[in-house]
Amino acid sequence: MTSSLLFNLVTLVYFVGTIMFLVHLSSRSRQTALAANVVVWVGLAIHTLAFGLRWFESYQMGYGRIPLTNLYESAVFFAWSVVLIYLLIDLKYKQPTIGVFVLPFAFMTMNWAQLGYLPDFARKFLESFAASLPNGTFFNFIRTMLLGPGDTIEPLVPALQSNWLTYHVITCFVGYGAFAVACAVSIMYLLRDTKEKRAAGGEVTGLVGFFPPTKVLDDINYKAIMVGFPLLTLGIITGAAWANYAWGTYWSWDPKETWSLIVWFVYAAFLHARITRGWVGRRAAYLSIIGFMATIFCYLGVNLLLSGLHSYGGG
Amino acid sequence: MEKAKKGVEDVVWDFFCSLKLGISTLILLATTSIVGTVLKQGQSIAEYVQERFGRLYPDGSFPPDLTQAGYDKLKEGFESTYRFYDAFNFFDMYHSWWFLALLALFAMNLICCSINRLPHVLKIVREPELTPDDKFYRHLSNSVELTATGSLSAVQDKVAQVLTEKFAAPQVTEGEDGRKYLFAQKSVYARFGVYVTHLSILVILIGALIGVRFGSKGYVNILEGTSVDSVGSREGRNVQIPLGFSVRCDKFTLEYYAGTQRPKAYRSDLVVIDGGQEVVRKSIVVNDPLNYKGFTFYQSSYGEAGNGELRLRVTPRGGAPVEVTGRMGDHIPLPGGASVAVTKYIPSYQNLGPAIQLHLNTPDGRHGSPFVVFKNYPEFDKKRGDAFAVALLDYQQKFYTGLQVARDPGVEVVWVGCTLMVFGTLIAFFLSHRRIWVTLSAEGDKVKVLAGGNGHRNQTGFALFFDEFKKELQEKIS
Ligand code: HEM
Repeated sequence: MTSSLLFNLVTLVYFVGTIMFLVHLSSRSRQTALAANVVVWVGLAIHTLAFGLRWFESYQMGYGRIPLTNLYESAVFFAWSVVLIYLLIDLKYKQPTIGVFVLPFAFMTMNWAQLGYLPDFARKFLESFAASLPNGTFFNFIRTMLLGPGDTIEPLVPALQSNWLTYHVITCFVGYGAFAVACAVSIMYLLRDTKEKRAAGGEVTGLVGFFPPTKVLDDINYKAIMVGFPLLTLGIITGAAWANYAWGTYWSWDPKETWSLIVWFVYAAFLHARITRGWVGRRAAYLSIIGFMATIFCYLGVNLLLSGLHSYGGG
Repeated sequence: MEKAKKGVEDVVWDFFCSLKLGISTLILLATTSIVGTVLKQGQSIAEYVQERFGRLYPDGSFPPDLTQAGYDKLKEGFESTYRFYDAFNFFDMYHSWWFLALLALFAMNLICCSINRLPHVLKIVREPELTPDDKFYRHLSNSVELTATGSLSAVQDKVAQVLTEKFAAPQVTEGEDGRKYLFAQKSVYARFGVYVTHLSILVILIGALIGVRFGSKGYVNILEGTSVDSVGSREGRNVQIPLGFSVRCDKFTLEYYAGTQRPKAYRSDLVVIDGGQEVVRKSIVVNDPLNYKGFTFYQSSYGEAGNGELRLRVTPRGGAPVEVTGRMGDHIPLPGGASVAVTKYIPSYQNLGPAIQLHLNTPDGRHGSPFVVFKNYPEFDKKRGDAFAVALLDYQQKFYTGLQVARDPGVEVVWVGCTLMVFGTLIAFFLSHRRIWVTLSAEGDKVKVLAGGNGHRNQTGFALFFDEFKKELQEKIS
């Protein structure tokens, strides 16, 4: 499929972007940051184009559905959301340095999605290694992580034929993208804060020295979650609305629903933690990272390790 | 003055108002909820033990290296683990007393905390500071002191104009000492975003309670051509929920994506009969249910009712064709003592349409080898050159459709809560209550202008705005 080749190109562009951000960080050159951002914008444009093309391809195959219905497509969309949120935050706060931690999320996700396009020998090696693993839920999970999700376009099973699917997946995943950015910024916060503590008031040197000040990182962490939280709220609500429309219960405590609620609770705790003193800074950064780990588990772990209604992603 | 000692009721009130309790409850809810996603809910002891053993010995065989005593001990171990978990209601944890208690604590906390803080916010909204003193400006994060020429009232007009154009029309108060106080504000209601969000959570909880108390959930299987007037409850066994009308299923159809075995749609043609009249006809599919009198019917499963009926045309070698009918799986007698048995129906065989798998039996009961016949190619089987050539004329399989039935009078309340929550969070995060104060006082033939302001969120954005406002003000008045 042509769209998959374009997605390969996108992966490459994000890789180049990541390298350029690294160069920016080590050379402290503003121009490199600018150029890196241009590369990322181009990447997003191609990414969007490829997404549209995959949609078109599904029509050509006679299924005609938005490409948001399986693990591969959701991974590609997740990477797109991460990049989109990064660029929006950069437009507003002009802190391109955070790109060096954010972009790898997009790059690694795309890389995983596109594992099927590895050169033959590498693919064969991975496949034989995966085949040598024992059976069991956990090893099936490892197998999926090693081999990627597979990118075939399949027709929609009856349970997924609904417009709610589109609203639900888009809100959830753009929210996840914002949480990924928040997590990246929190990691930077912890690195910088640790170094500052060690420098005991002195100048922080090295790569970390060029990170934005902790106050700015803390603020961007909060701002990103402020974007992600209402989106996740909408995602849970559209999911509930869909479940009510399709099955007659808006909430059935199935593992996916419960995990999305867990994620929501963690970020609600994060937001409130900022109101009381003593819970900003490091603790807020830890909560943000825990929140994103819960998000990843909600996305991948639940599909691949637990059973439930959302098993469509397991293929 | 010594602070009065706190009474018990104050301690309790403070406990329920505390934000620390709120954060702890949120984290506790998050962590305990994990249990129910790892342990399958609604499991019985037998299912639990079976599942664990199944994982230990996936092929289900009794392991040869294990003695009966060892086996019993293992099993006893699993059973006692089950009883331990069960003592904490871990197999129905979201309805357990302790989880519900945690939710109740959460709701109490939310209510108390909001009540506690509301008066402060109401005061800010209802009684804004209209005549601030000079010290007040020093506490604002954005403030400026300017000097203007001209009369007090001329300067006042100019300041009011800038405020109106750039921000909002000011409210003017005259001080006793001849000072003029201008106050302007925007998006006061942004202060209530948090309260709308918190209220929405309570509304959703109330909606859920209404659903639990007054709603019902059921299921029913309806055979094609028959009707039902009550459905089985999903909660208690052997409880029937009367509908007050009846529902008939005329037909169930299973559609496939062209040329594949992948189901495209499960469709039930339903008719509602109320008071002897046919009132609604609707063909429902998985994402498109039928609503009537508060009940909703969802397509959920289907099944085959009895064996399908076949109509075959059988042509003996060199003889005239005869038509025979019979059921799937039966031996259908043929002329001369032989018989034919159809073992399988394939709705779509590759790209060739419907097909059956069948074999012939000789009069002395010997099975022939199985072969396939396509409905769309009736002459095809002659090629086989057997004693009989078979063609499929018709196949009718009766289905029953499986419907989930739900009635939930709380669902609208839940949606109201959800809508409030979306608007509440958007207001809370993205709107900011912004205020600007300006105090004018005559100093000789000049006018001292003190201006300051703040936003309750997005301080950076407000600081940028205030810088511009400052410049504009300076240009206009000097
Ligand atoms: C999951 C449930 C909850 C949600 C979704 C929620 C939502 C929110 C939101 C969106 C804000 C604004 C946050 C900000 O300004 O950064 C907020 C503020 C606040 N929440 Fe909650 N909340 C929840 C539970 C609670 C609980 C249980 C308490 C009880 C202690 C509480 C007390 C507060 C307080 C005191 C504020 C600050 C209000 C102010 O700034 O005046 N919240 N909440």
